[in-house]
Amino acid sequence: MAGKTLYDKLWDAHVVKQREDGTALLYIDRQLLHEVTSPQAFEGLRIAGRTPWRLDANLATPDHNVPTTERSKGVEAIEDPVSRIQVQTLDANCEEFGITEFSMNDVRQGIVHVIGPEQGATLPGMTIVCGDSHTSTHGAFAALAHGIGTSEVEHVLATQCLVQRKMKNMLVKVNGRLQPGVYAKDLILAIIGKIGTAGGTGHAIEFAGEAIEALSMEGRMTLCNMAIEAGARAGLVAVDDKTIEYIKDRPYAPKGELWERAVEAWRELKSDPDAQFDTVVELDASTLEPQVTWGTSPEMVVGISGATPDPEQAADPVKRDAIERALKYMGLQPNQPITSIQLDRVFIGSCTNSRIEDLREAARVVKGRKVAETLKQALVVPGSGLVKQQAEAEGLDKIFTEAGMEWREPGCSMCLAMNADKLGQGEHCASTSNRNFEGRQGFGGRTHLVSPAMAAAAAIAGHFVDVRDGWIGEAL
Amino acid sequence: MEKFTVHEGIVAPLDMANVDTDMIIPKQFLKSIKRTGFGPNLFDELRYLDEGQPDQDCSGRPLNPDFVLNQPRYQGASILLARQNFGCGSSREHAPWALTDYGFRAVIAPSFADIFFNNCFKNGLLPVVLKEEEVDELFRRTEANEGYRLTVDLENQVVRTPEGDAYAFEVDAFRKHCMLNGLDEIGVTLEDADAIRAYEARRRNEAPWLFQQN
Ligand code: SF4
Repeated sequence: MAGKTLYDKLWDAHVVKQREDGTALLYIDRQLLHEVTSPQAFEGLRIAGRTPWRLDANLATPDHNVPTTERSKGVEAIEDPVSRIQVQTLDANCEEFGITEFSMNDVRQGIVHVIGPEQGATLPGMTIVCGDSHTSTHGAFAALAHGIGTSEVEHVLATQCLVQRKMKNMLVKVNGRLQPGVYAKDLILAIIGKIGTAGGTGHAIEFAGEAIEALSMEGRMTLCNMAIEAGARAGLVAVDDKTIEYIKDRPYAPKGELWERAVEAWRELKSDPDAQFDTVVELDASTLEPQVTWGTSPEMVVGISGATPDPEQAADPVKRDAIERALKYMGLQPNQPITSIQLDRVFIGSCTNSRIEDLREAARVVKGRKVAETLKQALVVPGSGLVKQQAEAEGLDKIFTEAGMEWREPGCSMCLAMNADKLGQGEHCASTSNRNFEGRQGFGGRTHLVSPAMAAAAAIAGHFVDVRDGWIGEAL
Repeated sequence: MEKFTVHEGIVAPLDMANVDTDMIIPKQFLKSIKRTGFGPNLFDELRYLDEGQPDQDCSGRPLNPDFVLNQPRYQGASILLARQNFGCGSSREHAPWALTDYGFRAVIAPSFADIFFNNCFKNGLLPVVLKEEEVDELFRRTEANEGYRLTVDLENQVVRTPEGDAYAFEVDAFRKHCMLNGLDEIGVTLEDADAIRAYEARRRNEAPWLFQQN
């Protein structure tokens, strides 16, 4: 019999009951909650007179709607009434049901996908869900993690289980090493460019190979975060020393004898050498250059030395249409060099790239330089209160503000523009977030997805540049 | 979810084909944080003469006197009689939420849109498909007799009229089971509560760090 993949192992360990119709009842170890997709779930519990099955499996924080400007006056001072009510509702629901919440002014508050790992609430071997598609992030820790809808949030609250059908196995093997100035963000954009935004549909993607082993945990999170943009609900990376090192001593991580036992079990969380995958994709990391999306889907991506595509060259008429439409929306010409794209705003943040390492990489580029005069705004939004604290202890905030960037309070911010941080119509933004869909960062806004270092360099230059051309300063 | 076994109530006839979910509950009401409270905005554009805003008190708004639900004889109706393709359009679960919040327990029509049909079962609202002629007949009788009532018997899968007719309808066995016992998907999963507890007991041994109290 063939060996098991990492996904097979995680799945098998969580099946409570296999049903005849091919679905299984899958046990969920951790649910993360935020203010946007949870209110109707709590309401549903109340109506049905139910209580959460296991309180300690849940952890909540407001992130999508919170303002990132000064907010010491508290939740009541949130200007937008819809946002305010959603945040207040999360507070009230957590209070009523007894769920731990890092509320808006708690230093541990932040983007759900940043705080889970940061707290050690994300552990290898867990099943993790959240009413948010970027839950795939947590797969970096060899946890089976994916996004769910509001009815399912309620289902997990009430039963600690989810009704699921097993996905297929996909392996993305990345050989070679990334060059300096090329990051996990570039790698995942290149992977999406290669397999397409539906390439991983119906699969759990395991990322493996030399380049993945060389990535930090932050880099692996960036990678798994965008597995969903490749169509896969879950991304995975096997456990190694880095995984264990990252988790050690975090508040929610096991301690003492339990820690020893856990580590021993976690060491098994990798695919067997003879495991069979339904789909295998291979890539060489060593020739990769920094990536920039030019269009309105993450697969519309090209290297920094490249140019926008020419629709005339597309053989497939559907593709040609898509390219034409995207260029029109983005206000770009065919064959336009990427370095010629002028920027209006820069956004460094989101669950993809707002961890301490991301901020350090950006600061390294910005240090001692000034933001281009043509830029309207450069926002730096840390992923959590603790990331913010750490960055300030290292003096990164000063580097950013001295360069003319804005240093903000933690939250999702301009990633989806649900709070006041938005693009204006027609504005181009170099963004470290994960979606460049039409209107995502504001009505008519034009998003280019890049790594934090590339966003930082673009902020200084006012247009895209190759960060490898002398932009990277000394390590901080 | 509320059980549905036998329901008897006043019938309101909505004589329109292809009623879509936007008519059932317009998009400006989807920003709500609740799944209750949609009742006052059910059929908002048909029901009121002004344009409805979220969070508005509807009691003082000008009613459209021609709309069926505004007529005194249909007050307290709990069975909606409708035409073909009822509930077409978006997948919003707010549509059945609005109907049940208003007080409807069943909708009778010759056909329903697929997603809406599914969503109804998740929310204790019984969609009943009867033959075109039967629906026609029910429209005639409802309009002719003030306070006309029907009995929807899910157990026996029939709609009974005061005149003594019984119109049979089909329903999928699993859904029927869920409705009769008031089981939503959560309820069905909870039937396996023992299996979940057994799993937890085993895991607590194998991987106790997953059950730490923080
Ligand atoms: S940062 Fe963006 S992608 Fe991530 S959870 Fe928030 S809104 Fe979603």
